[in-house]
Amino acid sequence: MNLLEMNHVQKSFDGLNVLKDISLSVKEGEVLSIIGPSGSGKTTLLRCATMLETMDAGELNYLGNKAVWNNEHGKAVYATNEQLKKIKEYYGLVFQSFHLFPHYSVIKNITDAPIHVQKKSKEEAYRTARELLKKMGLEEKENAYPYQLSGGQQQRVAIARALALNPKILFFDEPTSALDPELTGEVLKVIRSLADMHMTMVIVTHEMAFARSVSNRIIFMDQGVIAEQGTPEELFNSKNIRMKEFLGKLNEDN
Amino acid sequence: MDLNTILLELAKGMQVSIEIFAFTLIFSLPLGLVISFGRMAKNPIISTVTKFYISIMRGTPLMLQLMVVYFGPHYLFGMQLSLSYRFVAAIIGFSLNYAAYFAEIYRSGIESMPIGQYEAAKLLGYSRQQTFIKIILPQVIKRILPSITNEVITLVKDTSLVIVISVMEMFSYAREIASAQGIITPFIIAGAFYYLFNLFVAFIMEKIEKKLSYYR
Ligand SMILES: Nc1ncnc2c1ncn2[C@@H]1O[C@H](COP(=O)(O)OP(=O)(O)O)[C@@H](O)[C@H]1O
Ligand SMILES: [Mg+2]
Repeated sequence: MNLLEMNHVQKSFDGLNVLKDISLSVKEGEVLSIIGPSGSGKTTLLRCATMLETMDAGELNYLGNKAVWNNEHGKAVYATNEQLKKIKEYYGLVFQSFHLFPHYSVIKNITDAPIHVQKKSKEEAYRTARELLKKMGLEEKENAYPYQLSGGQQQRVAIARALALNPKILFFDEPTSALDPELTGEVLKVIRSLADMHMTMVIVTHEMAFARSVSNRIIFMDQGVIAEQGTPEELFNSKNIRMKEFLGKLNEDN
Repeated sequence: MDLNTILLELAKGMQVSIEIFAFTLIFSLPLGLVISFGRMAKNPIISTVTKFYISIMRGTPLMLQLMVVYFGPHYLFGMQLSLSYRFVAAIIGFSLNYAAYFAEIYRSGIESMPIGQYEAAKLLGYSRQQTFIKIILPQVIKRILPSITNEVITLVKDTSLVIVISVMEMFSYAREIASAQGIITPFIIAGAFYYLFNLFVAFIMEKIEKKLSYYR
């Protein structure tokens, strides 16, 4: 069964058609990267998948549970809040600019939702959090506050915070774009280690070499549509003009 | 009248001043939060009514508001008012007025919060109430503390306004003694009292600010 399924998703902002009929699916254990020029709708797609944004039309399912479907007029209908609450537990999102809670220490950032949302015991939440911090190479930092950390460390805490809720799928929206170049490596390394453990992930990124090596599949988005998709090899050898232009531009930049 | 007697008289008034100050804060700080919700409400009727309320409270003299609260029930409904209602009227008048100022401060603080905090909380499954109480409000309080301090310091001085509805507090006693005895000493003592009170307030607020400076 597909973990995530999006069918014919459409979204516009006051007349601006940002997503034009996007369909994609993600299997358990799969790593899907989404690349494409800025403004092509990648963030909007993730925000629709994580229900931060309401789509105009289309379907959204997690593990066969319907979150969104079309009514007879082709308009998106959302499931009841109660059903959505359960579905929302299936996924987590890591933001470009972390959005840690500045007034909480690192460990509290990670344990607060498991304790107060999932009603886990304190001991269990702290045990899980410390294991995650260890994986992130941050076991020394559990009592630090976000402002005391580098961007790369903050993003790793944000990843731990999302993982602490034990999601089935994790979305990343350009997780290294807000970081100084020398700090991107430590975050990418963590994401790669998650891939090695077969964490299901959807990653929007501009790090082409990373996308190429970590992904099972890549989607190239352009002007609100999926212009090309396939294995990394297929994509990077694509004859699609826009795709070639996009890769060429990136090479010039670097 | 010797200094001791003057001080004793003024001390009675001082207690009343402090009571007005404390009760006003106890009522207006939470009320201000409720009003700020009304001001930010999506419902246009609620937000317009609250906006009007705030503009009246901030746009007319507090002294006049105190008189309306005190004399209003009598003129409007012919109610017989007991003497003790004076003190109650002072608290009601001050609380309604200060709540309006606090509401605008809360609102500016709440609206200055980055949307990312709400979105992160939503993704982590926090309810709306949890998000506000655990994530948003503590950060808002830190942000608005300097503005709150300003209002609290003004409140200390404003307590002397209750003289217009004949509540006997510090300033009222000072005036009474000064005019009866023909001396200025009571005013100087009263002035020193307000000044020291505000020094104390500033000290407490600074303590709170320090306590909240553990994060940025
Ligand atoms: N909340 C919004 N309101 C209006 N326009 C938006 C909003 N969010 C995104 N857009 C527009 O949608 C387009 C796609 O944006 P986005 O999804 O952020 O692209 P990407 O992440 O690929 O750079 C852009 O033209 C952007 O200006
Ligand atoms: Mg984006």
